[in-house]
Amino acid sequence: MMTHGPILQVVLPLLVAPICFVFSRFHRFCWIVACVISWIGLFISIRLFFQAEQGVIVYELGGWAAPWGIEYVIDRLNAFILVIISAVAAIVFPYSLTSIKAEIDPRQRGLYFTCMLLCLAGLLGIAITGDAFNLFVLLEISSLSTYTLIALGRDRRALASSFQYLIMGTIGATFILISVGLLYSLTGTLNMADLAERTQNLHTSRTLKVAYSFLIVGIGLKLAMFPLHLWLPNAYAYAPSAVTVFLASTATKVAIYVLLRFLFNVFGITFSFELLQTEWILIGLGLISMLFASIVAVFQQNIKRMLAYSSVAQVGYILLGIGLLNINGLTAALLHIFNHALIKGALFMSLGAICFRVGNTELKNIAGIGRMMPWTMAAFVAGGISLIGIPSSVGFISKWFLILAAIEKGWWPIVVIISICSLIAVAYIWRVIETAYFKTPQDSGTRYVEAPLSLLIPTWILVFLNYLFGTSATFTIDFAATTATLLLGAGR
Amino acid sequence: MIDSIVGLYNYWIAIFLMMAGFYTVIASDNLVKKIVGLNIFQTSVFILYISLGKVEGGSPPIVSANIDVYSNPLPHVLILTAIVVGVATTALGLSLIIRIKKAYGSVEESDIIEADQQMLEPTQDEKQ
Repeated sequence: MMTHGPILQVVLPLLVAPICFVFSRFHRFCWIVACVISWIGLFISIRLFFQAEQGVIVYELGGWAAPWGIEYVIDRLNAFILVIISAVAAIVFPYSLTSIKAEIDPRQRGLYFTCMLLCLAGLLGIAITGDAFNLFVLLEISSLSTYTLIALGRDRRALASSFQYLIMGTIGATFILISVGLLYSLTGTLNMADLAERTQNLHTSRTLKVAYSFLIVGIGLKLAMFPLHLWLPNAYAYAPSAVTVFLASTATKVAIYVLLRFLFNVFGITFSFELLQTEWILIGLGLISMLFASIVAVFQQNIKRMLAYSSVAQVGYILLGIGLLNINGLTAALLHIFNHALIKGALFMSLGAICFRVGNTELKNIAGIGRMMPWTMAAFVAGGISLIGIPSSVGFISKWFLILAAIEKGWWPIVVIISICSLIAVAYIWRVIETAYFKTPQDSGTRYVEAPLSLLIPTWILVFLNYLFGTSATFTIDFAATTATLLLGAGR
Repeated sequence: MIDSIVGLYNYWIAIFLMMAGFYTVIASDNLVKKIVGLNIFQTSVFILYISLGKVEGGSPPIVSANIDVYSNPLPHVLILTAIVVGVATTALGLSLIIRIKKAYGSVEESDIIEADQQMLEPTQDEKQ
């Protein structure tokens, strides 16, 4: 049974999704099934994580050996991504039942679980697969279900933003498809390990450069790299809260994983960095993302949209970490993939609780809510502190390594920009805190009660993890540092 | 020179279709036209893939006793999957357009943006 862990990880949610579709009228049943599946998934991914510590796991689909069949390859890097995705899913599914009660039409609740499971299967599949074309198919599975999930939002703007994301996402995925096609025409293989081997001698080939460019732009669209981030703020702002939690903590992280995999393993460090010098693009766009998105976030009237812009800024931090191209920088990037999932998960979950009571997340409507919903707002403040990066929270640890990496290179302006962006984060988080605690409601008759426990418990689990991994970070830091060393050593 | 134009005509067709589709996606205001543009854009990639699989002098990949050279069937199989994905995307896009039409009463992007801005304006008046 456990030897088939890698395939079960992906196939279980994929198989259960149609069952949820058939029984979509009974959304409670779907909820229970989805929760159980996500917990089994978490168990499998943790097991795989510890197995992958000992050595790379290779699983051949249907027993067909690698160049002909598709293989799943799990090394330290993607075992780590698998744990993040399945852990977030295991927390978001229990949270969903109450959260969607306020936000999704009763007839569509069963379908919500169907799409969430499909999206989960797609994301897990992207992270686990060792085949470039398989990656494209799973990317489309997760993307198509994401478009549907965003369109479930009550606001009609959800439809428009879902459509916008559909257009941009499909263009991005098609770019990836072009790149895979060119790589295949050049090397005659789709297996990532084979690709890595065969592209070694083709560094001067123009086809390889074109394939590389298409791939970077395609993934850049998916991970919301600065000029390609336009779909993200609206999509996150108008999707149902539970969907936003799930997407914000997993979807962009998986895209960053794909970027890492292709930059460091498939194309190799010599090609991507020494020959084409991609690090300057990553650093440049990363810095612009950080500054631009942070500043725009300060002026948002909708808190969800504000945090969405903040997500674009945080992706900038991760890109900067990759672009610095030293062990500390990559450690920071890997840590921030994990830490940002925890931070944004906690923040969006507390916003979901606010949305459950208030009905929306407009800044003006939450005046004075700090006293009416103390636990919810406390979770938001705790998450906000972590986002800013105050010591003892996870946000501090990744920023610390990022600053160390910049100092190591001697690039002081970057250290200054990182600090400035943290200060801007203080500004936008403070706007929410000020409104929630120090302002009185416009209509003095407004009374909201505390959010139900079924929303608060998952939120506080994530808040707790924020500080657990913030105070005792040895495990995550060691892990990220070893993985970073492996990545940097891999292409040489 | 002539060789690079005539000899690689399949690439030129793919590039032309790709640019035409991409331009339609960006330039047209109508959402349905955007989806059609997206379809043309995707089709160009299908053609690129299929033409990659052609081996000069190769016959269709069906095993037969007196044939030595076959075309490569793998790109065709891959593109079959990509076509399915394309169909799903088109279906989803069109069904979104139906719901957008119900919600906004229009399928023109400029109208939708205008309607969203009008929704925002009253809240700004409330502030003043």
